[in-house]
This record gives sequence, C-alpha cells and structure tokens, in this order.
Amino acid sequence: MAKTAIYLGIVALSILHHDPWFWNDPTLLFGFLPIGMAYHMAYTAAAAALWYLALQYAWPREVDRFAESGGDS
Amino acid sequence: MTQLIVMVLYLSLLLGLGLLSKRMFRGTANDYFAAGHSIGPVMLLMSVFGTTMTAFALVGSTGESYRTGIGVYGLMASWSALVHAAVFFFVGIRLWAYGKRYGYLTQIQFLRERYESDLLGLLLFPILVGLTIPYLLTGLLGAGSVVVSLTRGAFPDVFAATGGGVPPWLTGLAVCTVVLLYVFFSGLRGAVWANTFQTAVFMTAGIAAFFLIASKLGGLSSASQAVLDARPEKLIRGEAISPLHFFSYCLIPLSAGVFPHLFQHWLTARSASAFRLTVVVHPIFIMIVWAPCVLIGVWATAALMPDGSPVVPLGSPPNVELAVMVERLTTPWLGGILGAGILAAVMSSLDSQFLALGSMFTNDIVLRYFGRRRISDARQVLFGRLFLVGVVIVAYLLSLLEPRSVFTFGVWCFSGFSALFPIIWAAVYWRRATASGAVASIVVTAAVWAALFRAGDYGADPGYLFAGMMPAATVFVFSTAALVLVSLVTKAPSEAALAKFFPE
Repeated sequence: MAKTAIYLGIVALSILHHDPWFWNDPTLLFGFLPIGMAYHMAYTAAAAALWYLALQYAWPREVDRFAESGGDS
Repeated sequence: MTQLIVMVLYLSLLLGLGLLSKRMFRGTANDYFAAGHSIGPVMLLMSVFGTTMTAFALVGSTGESYRTGIGVYGLMASWSALVHAAVFFFVGIRLWAYGKRYGYLTQIQFLRERYESDLLGLLLFPILVGLTIPYLLTGLLGAGSVVVSLTRGAFPDVFAATGGGVPPWLTGLAVCTVVLLYVFFSGLRGAVWANTFQTAVFMTAGIAAFFLIASKLGGLSSASQAVLDARPEKLIRGEAISPLHFFSYCLIPLSAGVFPHLFQHWLTARSASAFRLTVVVHPIFIMIVWAPCVLIGVWATAALMPDGSPVVPLGSPPNVELAVMVERLTTPWLGGILGAGILAAVMSSLDSQFLALGSMFTNDIVLRYFGRRRISDARQVLFGRLFLVGVVIVAYLLSLLEPRSVFTFGVWCFSGFSALFPIIWAAVYWRRATASGAVASIVVTAAVWAALFRAGDYGADPGYLFAGMMPAATVFVFSTAALVLVSLVTKAPSEAALAKFFPE
C-alpha cells in the first residue's frame, strides 16, 4: 500500500511538472524570483520530500542481503 | 593576475589532496577501479553529485538562460531532481548490488553476463566511449572559455590573440595534467576524495557569485526588476520553449543511468544504505547549483555597466556569460574563486570520466580478450593507468577543435545515453529481455541518433527539434520499441542467467 502510494506520487509529480498556469506569467515573487521558476524550485523540494518518503516506505531491503550473500572479488 | 593565482593555488591544493588519498591505496584492481567498495554516505553524495554536475550545470545553464530565459531551470534542473533520484533509487542501488556480489567493475561486464552476449559488449564499448568523450569535452570547453574571460588582460604580450587571457589550450592542458596526476596514482579513491572537496568548492563559489553579482546590480529585486523592464520575455517560457519541447526533456536525465563514470561511482558505495543520503539530498543540491546560475544568466540579459553598455557584450562567444558577469561585476579575488569553482565542477566529472574510460579499456577489452587469470592485479592497475594516459591525451587533443555551445553539445551526448537506458532498466527489471532485443535496441539507437545528429547539423543547430520534441524522445521510442519487440520474438534468457540476476 505504502509502495503504491509512493509510485503514485512519482506519477503525480511527473504530471505536475507541466505547469501551463505560470507559462506566460512574469510576476516576481518576493520582488526578485520569477514565479515560473519559483514553482519549479518548489517542485524540486517536493521531489526531495517524495524521495525521503520512498526511503521510509519503499526501500528495497532485499538488496543489501543479495549483495552481501556473494563473495566480493 | 589575482584570478590566476587563486586558480593555481586551488589546483595545487587539489593535487595534494588527490595524492594524499594514495596513502590509502591497497594496490588491487578492485581498489583502483571501485575504491574497494568502502565509501560512506557523505562522500558518496558529494562525489556522485560532483560527477553528475559539470560545466554543463554552471556555465551551460547560465549561457542557456541568457539565451532562452528561466525555462531552463524547469527543463533541466527540476526534471533532474525527480529523474536522477529515481535512477539512483530504482537502478543505481541494484547495479551496485550486482557489482558488489559478482565483482563487476564496468557496466559492460554486467550487461554481457546478464544478457549472455559477447556481441552486446563489443557493440556497447565503442558507443559508450564515443558518447563519453564528447561529454567530457563539454567540461574542457567550458573551463577554457571561462578562464580566458576571467584572466583577460593578465598577459597582454604573451597571449595577445586572446586579449591577454590564458588561452583555452593552456587551461585544458593544466586541467588534464592535474586530473591525470591524482587519478593516475590514486584511482577512484583519489577521484572520490577530490570530488568531495570540489563539490563543496563549486557550490560555495556559485552561491558567493550569486549574492555578490546581485549586490553589484543593486540587490536581488533591482537585478530582476531590470529584466522585467527591459527583457520580460526572459522571465517566462513564452514561445522560447514549447510545451512538447518542455515535456520531452524528461528523458534527458535518464542518461544518468547509463553514464559509465556514474556506474563506477555507484560501485564505490560501502552498502546499499549509503545511497539513502544521495537519493534525498541530490535534488536539493541541484536546486542550490542551478537556481543561482539561471538567475545570473537571466540578469545578464539586462545588466548594464555605469556607462550604459551591456555587461555581457552582444555577440560574445558561447559559454562566457557567467565569467563575464563575475569578471566585470565583482572583485578579482571572487573571480579567482569562481574560476576555481568552475574548474572544480569540470574536474569533478573529468576525473571520473577519464577513469571510467581507462577501466573500460582495461576490463572490457584487455582482460576480457587476453585473459584475466594470466594478468596479475598489479598488471591490471598498470593497464588501467596506461589507458588513462591515452584517454587524457586524446581528449585533450580533441578539445583543441572548434568550440560549440556547451549546452547543445552536452544535450546531444545525453540524448544518446538516455536512449540506452531501456537496456539497463530491462536488465534489472524485465526477465524476458533478451540479448537479441538489447542488440537490436543498440543498433536502432545508433542509427536513429546518427540520423538526427546529422539533421541537427552535427550539433551546430542549438534549436534543433524533431516533431517538436527533443531528439532524445524519438531515439528513446525507437530504442524501447526495438528492445521490447525483438525480445518478445526471440528465445528467453537461460534459467541460469535468470537465477543469477533475478533470485527469488
């Protein structure tokens, strides 16, 4: 269930990358930051948050066991 | 002159650090090419980030935002924040596990065994080398154009042709020599240590440049307001970037899953858990590096000197916008620090790229076809070093040719790499993927990429799109279709291969 939610979150973020609402808006947020760019900076932070959740709920625990179960050459 | 002194000091410090790591070198091929799988979370984060970001991120992003505006951030940075981390999470960790368990030192070793095909390795080798060398050249081109701008006027008699600036051929020579020295002696461990330091340097330099330039332009608000008044089209995407073009950029960051040098860095991880910090913090680091550079590029479109002339003269050569802004608006000391930062960004990728190519020549050609058992560990390291020297010399000589826009040049390389991503993904997640499917995918990728590259005037047309999208989209679709269709109609992989790579 948690893994599914993470995967849905990835799909949602992929869709939200496309932002026609700010495409032609030159507004400066806080007086200096173009709003179209501010949106994508917030998007970047959201991506980091999503990956944090992925580590908590969708971490592939079997990978370490797999790697350690064979000899390192 | 001050800028040059700071940069020379930086190169000396870097060389010392790289050589210091030699004391930890154990003399084995595994240690030389994979740092003995000993790198922890912080150094993995810093070295992977430094390797992924090159002149493309600093110089290319500033130059491209100068030309097309803020849309560059969404095109490259925010897509990369999502996709790079996805590649690390879904692919990087698993490739590290295969490498650790079965002792792989290159991607080709893994793919050859997973797909049970020697032909696949032979096909991939020239393609990966052929894509990595131009990518590596973007770093040398970026460094050369920045240093010549920053040092203009320092040696008017010696370098009259470049206005007294250190010419790109000399910068390239210095960069190649320093990188070669520390990688030659210390292998990937030296690269990891150096990259950790260099990543800290170029991130700090970028932030410092951002605030000092803003201050010189009258503050953050004044700098942006000037753009809003004079060049408002730079604050939107408008018609500079079409929605389809914007969307198709999502495929470009997939290239990170195929970079040979990044694969090699994944192998250095001490454990799968070491990846956790990288997955989460990498997107934030992207924002810290890209946002200031994009804003500086946009500000440069409207920034004026006290006499009313543009800070960045019209008709300036590509890749110089960042250097010109720093050189004309800040102090020589900051110019030197930023120059060092750009050299850091360039060299933190170059070292890994050189080493990855040396490793591929050694492991995928010499040891594969002349017998690993007959060649001692010390000899393997020796071969790696000899190939390293050869790769550096070839790359340096190629960098002396015509400079193209770093951004355009880089995007073509990324397009080729990203089109190979389906082969890597299928190798890890799709049991039915076959050698014939992978070979078909590589052949189709090479053919379609070459046709589009030719249509794009061999990288000289920076605005080239196919069907309104990045050429990467077309190549990717053909590559995936060939892989899937041919895999489905050819014999499935052997039970032994499936048991080895897809254990229950």
